[in-house]
Amino acid sequence: MIQEQQWLLSLGTFLPLAGVLVMLFIPKKDEAMAKGVALLTAVATLGVGIYTLVKFDYGQSQKLQFFTTNKWISPIKATYTIGLDGISLPLYILSMVITVLVMVYSWNHVPNPGNAKAFFILMLVLQVGMAGTFVAQDLILFFVFFELVLLPMYFMIGVWGGENRQYASLKFFLYTMFGSALMLVAFIAMFIVTKNHATNPDAANFSFQWFHANAPGIARNTAIWIFGGMFVGFAVKVPMFPFHTWLPDAHTQAPTQGSVILAAILLKLGTYGFVRIALPFLPQAAKTWAPIIAVLAVIGIIYGALGCLAQTDMKRLIAFSSVAHMGFVMLGISTLTPLGINAALFGMVAHGLITGMLFFVAGSVKERYHTLEIKRLSGMLKQVPHLGWILGFCAMASLGLPGLAGFWGEFPALLASWSPATILTDSAMGNHELLYRVLTVISAFGTVLAAGYLLWLYQRTAFGEPSEEFAAHGHDDHGHSDIHDVNVFEWIAWTPLLIGIVVLGVVPSLMFKVMDPAVQQLTSVFGK
Amino acid sequence: MLLASETAAASGWFLAHAWLIPVIPAVAFFLIIFFGKRLPRGGSEIGIAAMLASLVIASGTAYQWIHLVGSTEHADAVSKTVTWFEIGSLKVGIGSRIDGLAMMLLFLVAFISTLVQIYSTEYVRGDRRYTHFFASLTLFSAGMLTMVLAPNMVQLILGWEIMGLCSFMLIGHWWEERANSEAALKAFWTVRVGDMGLLVGTGVLLALFGNLDISEINTKAAEFSGNHALLAFAAVALFIACIGKSGQFPLHTWLPDAMAGPTPVSSLLHSSTMVVAGVFLVARLYPVFHTGLDINIVGHHFNLIAIIGGITVLIAAGLAFVQNDIKKVLAYSTVSQLGYMMMGLGVGAWMPAVFHIFTHAFFKCCLFLCAGSVAHTGSHHSFDMKKDMGGLRKKMPITFGTWMISTAALCGVPFFSGFFSKDEIIDSAKGNDYKVFFVVGLIGAFMTTAYMTRATYLTFFGKARGGAAHFVGEHEDHSHEEAHDEGHDKADAHGHDDHHAPVVHGKPLSFAPDDSPWQITVPLMILGALALVAGYLNAAPFKIEKFHEWLHSSIGVEVPEAPKFEWLNAVPSILLVAAGFAVSLLICKAVFGEGNSPLKGLTQRNALLGAGHKFLVNKYYLDTLYEKVIVRGIAHPISAAAYWTNQHILDGIVNGVGKGGKKTGELVYKYIDQGLVDGVVNGSGTTATHAGGALQPVQSGKVNLYGALLFGAAAVGALVLVLVNS
Repeated sequence: MIQEQQWLLSLGTFLPLAGVLVMLFIPKKDEAMAKGVALLTAVATLGVGIYTLVKFDYGQSQKLQFFTTNKWISPIKATYTIGLDGISLPLYILSMVITVLVMVYSWNHVPNPGNAKAFFILMLVLQVGMAGTFVAQDLILFFVFFELVLLPMYFMIGVWGGENRQYASLKFFLYTMFGSALMLVAFIAMFIVTKNHATNPDAANFSFQWFHANAPGIARNTAIWIFGGMFVGFAVKVPMFPFHTWLPDAHTQAPTQGSVILAAILLKLGTYGFVRIALPFLPQAAKTWAPIIAVLAVIGIIYGALGCLAQTDMKRLIAFSSVAHMGFVMLGISTLTPLGINAALFGMVAHGLITGMLFFVAGSVKERYHTLEIKRLSGMLKQVPHLGWILGFCAMASLGLPGLAGFWGEFPALLASWSPATILTDSAMGNHELLYRVLTVISAFGTVLAAGYLLWLYQRTAFGEPSEEFAAHGHDDHGHSDIHDVNVFEWIAWTPLLIGIVVLGVVPSLMFKVMDPAVQQLTSVFGK
Repeated sequence: MLLASETAAASGWFLAHAWLIPVIPAVAFFLIIFFGKRLPRGGSEIGIAAMLASLVIASGTAYQWIHLVGSTEHADAVSKTVTWFEIGSLKVGIGSRIDGLAMMLLFLVAFISTLVQIYSTEYVRGDRRYTHFFASLTLFSAGMLTMVLAPNMVQLILGWEIMGLCSFMLIGHWWEERANSEAALKAFWTVRVGDMGLLVGTGVLLALFGNLDISEINTKAAEFSGNHALLAFAAVALFIACIGKSGQFPLHTWLPDAMAGPTPVSSLLHSSTMVVAGVFLVARLYPVFHTGLDINIVGHHFNLIAIIGGITVLIAAGLAFVQNDIKKVLAYSTVSQLGYMMMGLGVGAWMPAVFHIFTHAFFKCCLFLCAGSVAHTGSHHSFDMKKDMGGLRKKMPITFGTWMISTAALCGVPFFSGFFSKDEIIDSAKGNDYKVFFVVGLIGAFMTTAYMTRATYLTFFGKARGGAAHFVGEHEDHSHEEAHDEGHDKADAHGHDDHHAPVVHGKPLSFAPDDSPWQITVPLMILGALALVAGYLNAAPFKIEKFHEWLHSSIGVEVPEAPKFEWLNAVPSILLVAAGFAVSLLICKAVFGEGNSPLKGLTQRNALLGAGHKFLVNKYYLDTLYEKVIVRGIAHPISAAAYWTNQHILDGIVNGVGKGGKKTGELVYKYIDQGLVDGVVNGSGTTATHAGGALQPVQSGKVNLYGALLFGAAAVGALVLVLVNS
């Protein structure tokens, strides 16, 4: 634990609230002002993030840095404890980057029914919740941040969403809430059990440190139950099969910005929860649950891909692809090996960049063509060549082409699942080696299906001649056409993502180096 | 960071800097993409310059490697790597690993790529995506080069997949037409099916050897004593990848469709890159396959590699007989020759098989470029031998001459390059006690000569037809249009670059009696010359073993010594080649010639022959199986069923719970507590139907209430759980 610059993470997390405060006093009509303040705040927050990146001690990334702990809600033993290590750093920064880029994109893309002020305020609030989840080192604090993201997203979908937004937003809200309730049950239960069994019950609190020290000692059967509660909470968020049905609706109905944030960050809260909380606190239970998680993950991979193949709507297709990709992440986690968890963490960031980008593209297609029906789209490469190229690039990244970021989430996960942690193949306690090997082969087939749905999508939308109904719009070179190529706001918002996909793909050690020490430490509880 | 071995620096500048060979074209790719359009030659100059630079370094590398082999008793691979990434104990580097095999392919790829790019400047001149074409071509070469000098499996996969991407871009180069984009997708998907094996196989290798370093894998596999079944599994998995990439049976079906791409692409794809990658992988990790699949074990007469290779030799050669498209004849010929290479590796003939990669590259590249030259200049941009070719030999002497040399080399006519490599494979099959594959090799030689005779006859001899007649200046009645509209070319009536030719080339038809322009003929002559002489690097009849000397340290495992060459042993294959030529010529004269022959239209009259013909034309119905049954099965009923399950069962449960919750709430409200706000109730998805803003205070209030209740329930639940378990 490194307790230097203790203010840094609090500043990075809560700075957006200052922006919100200012924005409350801006009249609703003054949209440019509201947008400006919001963007400025987001950029300033990112600035703090970059400063954090600079100050981070990469030699000790397994340790919590910028650590601070304070009393918070003493009666219920909740503390204000925050810190950052190699596991959370990439996601913490990613959330800040995504917020800025989404705001840039929103500059001239505020979805109906308008009201930029409210829209931008929601994004800032979301940012607080996301960043907070990744720095929280206390279960109650974690829970509060984890839930805090729900409301802004609920409103984003419910107000600025598509035709079926009411249904989608409620489903999203309630489904996640249902998971959270069980998760909270698990948290509280874990607290009470550890307190009852501890030698120093008075010192009990909700900080991660306490659980690190005491939770692994929980009796195995109890631990399995508690893990189950967390499992549901996190699995809904990921989402894992069969808890994923809120996702396609939420994504399809959400405005572009909502979809991007949802895909890029919100889904990761679940997987992050597994890595940060469920595995290290309850290693005994993790061993029992891991094969179940692995099976569900692989079902998700195949099932999500099949779901994609059945779609007729581009955005819904991308949404389903998230189920498949998060399946790879969960497969990596379920191996309980450093390789698998590194792959999972890499996969989270890669999926954030790539799928975020795909949703951006889908949004821009919708804006231009007023439809996302694959059948009606054609010849994008001819009509909007840059957009077509970007779509192709993202499709290739998404299907796991080496040299682009997506590969490093999938390939090591497959390697790891062939040889999972030794406690899973220990014949005395039930040998799951064969199961994992079969799962490896099946999930490798998932990569074929991914190539299937993505290139099929690409062929139908980008190749060929522009379809007749839109062909008339495109050839107007005088700038009056409503089907135009990528505009400047889009370029600014997208270029960092595109560069990120390439850079992380070419130099994966940028992330592995940061995460690996922390992951090694985390997996040490599982033996070799 | 730097793990460079000392040997690298000691053994010469080129060996230490071989990593530049793929890096230069990779950088060139980005330069072409971003700046190519602004350059006077549309980026092709960057491509050619990059390939030339690679060629120079590759030549230097080859020279220094040969020098190294000559000066030391046992030359180890020269590696130079930097750490790419590190996860725990798994350390993966990126860089170069040069040995005989890598050296040979580096040179080959750089050399052929350079020629193909020069050729392309003329062939795709004026194309609507000229710059993109050169960019993809350059990246393609970079991918292959990256793979060839890979020191570990991860870099190998990187190069392997980059090639997959580029083949997708190049085959689908004219993506406006559905047929072309379908061919591109088919190529990518088919190869991707095989790639499953590559991913899984690499996982197994990691589990077995704890490392992904190629040198280490080979050393450990050569003296393997662990779980043999697991090693066999790894070998099979990796071989599946090779089946996909190298177009082996049963995943060969993408290769002929890939002819939809421009001809230079086909020639590059089929000679030194892409399809050779699979053969290369087997040769590269030979100890894994040799040990895992029990090659050269006394008493074993079959193994997976030899069987797949053998089947491929025959079935592909069979298909080459019924093609009307000259490029498709060549495509099936490639498949068949790759079968020879695999078969060679399968019977322990590592050196002849690798030598066949070398010789085949020159003559097959030359043949494709000849076909392109014919289409570009002689046949009105058509590749249909029956409709638009014939009698071109006099008007296109250079094309004809180089075609003949390359054909002779392909057929294995003595003293041409193919003879020295192919005959060695056949010989080794016999010598290593793989009799069945010896016979397969002989039959293959017969068939190869026969189908090439047919193609040569149709293209260069006989009466000029269609486009060719126009070019040669002969008048022709238009009867050919019905005469050859026989319907059996329906299967391949689409998906070639000829469709685009008028737009693409934009060049008026040349009536000059000359051959194609120099950009085309010069590469042809160079390749033709090499098709003639390349075989003398390893000519057993003359006791020349240079190639063996340079490469043998790459085998990595003990293989039986090549049988001593005797002309007597070569007699059967030479006789069969001669027979293939004679029989085919007679039939061609009868069927396609001017006279009235009873053989004409035989397939229409004889039911059995007709059925056989139809079976071949339909490519053994494998495409039907894949496209109509498997792909459509997954894409339609299976995915539809999965989605139906999703919408009706999984989501049905969710909505059901919602509705149930609402119902319960209503009952509670109605009967138990009239005063309670009906908050719980509206926590159901069905409220969606109610119009109106969810933002209305009342409704969001309900949500909050619902949440509050949920948390209350959570606390109670926690308590219960604790009580139960403590």
